[in-house]
Amino acid sequence: MPGSAPTLTSVVLFIPLVSMFIILLLREDTQREYIKWGALIGSLLTFAASILLWLGFDASQPGLQLAQRTTWINLSATDATYNISYYVGVDGLSLLLIMLTTFIMPLAILFSFRQHVLEERGRQKLYYAFMLLLEWAMLGVFVAQDLFLFYIFWEITLVPMYFLIGIWGAEERIYAAIKFFLYTMAGSILMLLAILYVGTQAQTFALPDIIAKVQANPDLFPFAGLFSTQSFLFLGFLIAFAIKVPLWPLHSWLPDAHVQAPTAGSVILAGVMLKLGTYGIVRFCLPMFPEASVAWAPIIAVLAVIGIIYGAWVSYAQTDVKKLVAYSSVSHLGFVVLGIFALNPQGLQGAILQMVNHGISTGGLFLLVGMLYERRHTKAMEAYGGIWKVMPIFGGLSLVIALSSMGLPGLNGFVGEFTILLGTFGSPYLGFFFALFATLGVILAAVYILYMFQKVFMGEVDKEENRNLPQLHWQEVTVLVAVVIVIFWIGLQPGLFFGTMDASVNQLVTQVNSAAANVVLR
Amino acid sequence: MFQIPSFESLNVGLALPAISLAFGACVLLLLDLFFVPKDRKEITGYLALVGVAVSFVINLLTFNQSGTAFMGMFVADTFSNFLNIVILGSAFFGILLSLDYVKRAGIERGEYYILLLISASGMMFMGSSNDLVMVFIALELLSIPLYVLAAFRTPEVRSEEAGMKYFILGAFSSAFLVYGVALVYGATGTTNLSAIFNSVGAIVDAGGSALFLLVAGTGLVLVGLGFKVAVVPFHMWTPDVYEGAPTPVTAFMSVGAKAGGFAALLRILAFALPTVALTQGDLVAAWQQTTWVIAALTLILGNLVAIAQTNIKRLLAYSSIAHAGYILMAVAAAGTAGVTNEATQAALIYLLAYMFTNLGAFGVALAVERDDGTGTNLEDFVGLARSRPGLALMMVIFMLSLTGIPLTSGFIGKWFVFKATLDAGLVVLAIIGVLTSVVSAFYYVRVIVNMYLREGDAEAPGATRAVNWAVYLAAAGTIILGVFPFIVTNLSSAVTVAANILP
Repeated sequence: MPGSAPTLTSVVLFIPLVSMFIILLLREDTQREYIKWGALIGSLLTFAASILLWLGFDASQPGLQLAQRTTWINLSATDATYNISYYVGVDGLSLLLIMLTTFIMPLAILFSFRQHVLEERGRQKLYYAFMLLLEWAMLGVFVAQDLFLFYIFWEITLVPMYFLIGIWGAEERIYAAIKFFLYTMAGSILMLLAILYVGTQAQTFALPDIIAKVQANPDLFPFAGLFSTQSFLFLGFLIAFAIKVPLWPLHSWLPDAHVQAPTAGSVILAGVMLKLGTYGIVRFCLPMFPEASVAWAPIIAVLAVIGIIYGAWVSYAQTDVKKLVAYSSVSHLGFVVLGIFALNPQGLQGAILQMVNHGISTGGLFLLVGMLYERRHTKAMEAYGGIWKVMPIFGGLSLVIALSSMGLPGLNGFVGEFTILLGTFGSPYLGFFFALFATLGVILAAVYILYMFQKVFMGEVDKEENRNLPQLHWQEVTVLVAVVIVIFWIGLQPGLFFGTMDASVNQLVTQVNSAAANVVLR
Repeated sequence: MFQIPSFESLNVGLALPAISLAFGACVLLLLDLFFVPKDRKEITGYLALVGVAVSFVINLLTFNQSGTAFMGMFVADTFSNFLNIVILGSAFFGILLSLDYVKRAGIERGEYYILLLISASGMMFMGSSNDLVMVFIALELLSIPLYVLAAFRTPEVRSEEAGMKYFILGAFSSAFLVYGVALVYGATGTTNLSAIFNSVGAIVDAGGSALFLLVAGTGLVLVGLGFKVAVVPFHMWTPDVYEGAPTPVTAFMSVGAKAGGFAALLRILAFALPTVALTQGDLVAAWQQTTWVIAALTLILGNLVAIAQTNIKRLLAYSSIAHAGYILMAVAAAGTAGVTNEATQAALIYLLAYMFTNLGAFGVALAVERDDGTGTNLEDFVGLARSRPGLALMMVIFMLSLTGIPLTSGFIGKWFVFKATLDAGLVVLAIIGVLTSVVSAFYYVRVIVNMYLREGDAEAPGATRAVNWAVYLAAAGTIILGVFPFIVTNLSSAVTVAANILP
């Protein structure tokens, strides 16, 4: 196998960072083209390396693969496992999300070439450097297997995103950037305490070791009901993740950040950053705190269902296209959380696939909005109408992306949502009513997406300004076609994607459910 | 019977880092007086840098040597040697920042550097003191030059006010300290920290008035040193003094005085009195409750009031109050048996991390400050990222480090402090600590907002070569500690407090 070397994970991780440093060495005024294309090439190289990662990945093994571990900070002279280590690896839970990240980033960077705001505000070197730094940090979150390392990447994602929103965002950018920063930090800092507690209790910060210790000794983090040590630790992690997701009622930073961010920023926010939260729940909350996960599952699922319906409802009420797409994320991510807390293989697999789907479709929707905005400089829905007639290629591609976000059978969104509903229905912790209300969300999604599509693309061209909109640039076509290809691919061949996570998900579900017996007994 | 000790028994060699610095200051005083021309006082500054460097090298060479000197008054161990790094580091940066500043402000005099060196040697003696009398002497040696330095920008009213205020309140706090020392002496019959440690067990067992005296004395010592390190409710002087004093002096004392104060606190509380308990067999020291409440108050007040500040020096003053709270968290954690060493190491790492970050931040503030001492408002930073991208980027690093974002030294410091606090079982204090650091993000981020997110025409008239060097060095230290924390943890893990003191 070409990619079976354990260092490959690190290679994927560090290409963006190295690219960033190379870009920083270039000169802003004379070498702008090199900066732009350098950033693109850096992200494409990362994508290429991540394909090797997938090729080298053995889907039949549930455990960690391509793992690398080196001691970083000594905490104990006698116990080597207690040390904080640089510990990275890939398994079925993270592989697809790594692919998603490396796939979305080149698209976001390529689209950035067409963003006027970059010409207006300048500082392009800084912009592309932050993009690559962000890619590095997000990949780091997905590959980190040491709690300390994970937390570092988790917090670092804040910094470039803060600047992307704050410097190149829309009018209210400063408010949105600060809100984003404080909100997310408030959540993650409690997680820091939980991490410290978990690490000192387990005498190790390496996640696989902690899980093994939890398996061997279920009372490592004693569980005695909804408000006991394990539950508090669970919540410490969960609140950090729930803010990132965002789970209703912790979502209020999201509309601000999404709407104010520059298009590429919104694409990354919706496409990848929100998944850091849901991924975190799967990766950390479930295996480390299985009993608390089971006990809290119905409560969190209720919040998720509220989020599904609330997000859809509020989306429908929007007059601003970007806000509509932003609120739709609350709804879609509600599905993901619901699937996770079904705590069965279908639910989890659907959730993980839906993370990817949402990244592709909603990322795509933000790209569409961005392309419209670059032409008309407004995000108000009533400013458009009949765009399909003016820009036929754009209209066609948009339809596919909109339908995918809606969950049309044959496209990617359907596979994920259907599997999640199946899992919810069959879950011993959730059941029929959760599935019922979630289905309501699917219907509402159709309503707001079609409403938006109709207002913007259908009908007559009744606004004079819209008559002569320029056609898509080849760079924009490339971006959208890439998105559409993946939409069809996942929709028509979901087995390939499910196959990568099968073993890991089954192992995780077994771990959680074997602990569930304890919960019922108490 | 009092005997004149022989020179050998004084063991002067162990005190060489501190003595060399004090000696260097004295030599420099003469050199400055007779050889350095009046308009070339920066030469004195460079010589002072050499003095700091020499002391630093001596300290590194003797890092692993430990023992007592001056008949048990002075102790050299890894704890004090580690602290010396922090103190000498802050003296180094303080002088580097001063070189051009004093010229710009028109207060260039050779004594400036000498006072700074003497104060630094006082801090070093403080970290090494093994006797309550020694603590008091070192405290005065540390403080008196600082009073003068704070008022160095005379005849400017704010600077004079700063010096006066600092002096009066400092004198007060010394009085508290001495009173506390007297009570502890009354209870234990000795001022030697090792001897106090040995006698505590019997006093706790016996209970009664001796224990009362001891606990009351400890409380007064806490008050006296609390003034020095500026923890709530003994922090009132800090914002005014920090604002009025010349900026490099503020930078130096915000770290150095804190390092000295916390050194003495840890020496007294964690070395001499870790076993003071109100009831027999209690594994938690009696002073833990008090320190934890003070720490919590300090964190809350420092961080909340900092939000309202519009002046960068006042903002950093309140921020330094808040950071004293984080270090005090570690001191409180040291009160739990078994965590003492870990908590002491955490406090030391935090101090080192804070040294780089805070001096760097003051360096940028000083670069933006105008010659007449104005230009210290947050508004003066608006648009700095365009006019001075390098300087602005460094300030971002410092602000993120003060917030505690990973890959900076500030995060490493917080990580170890929070870990010690949790290990000591002070969960509520840890939660207060993390929540207040979210609050702190608000005002630190505002500085970044002003530099990067708003358009303006900020200037940096003070960004001379020496200041730039200081800022870049501090940023390098901040990042290196953040990315390769094992450099410092390998040093600090050698620090053990309890072992040295046991007979």
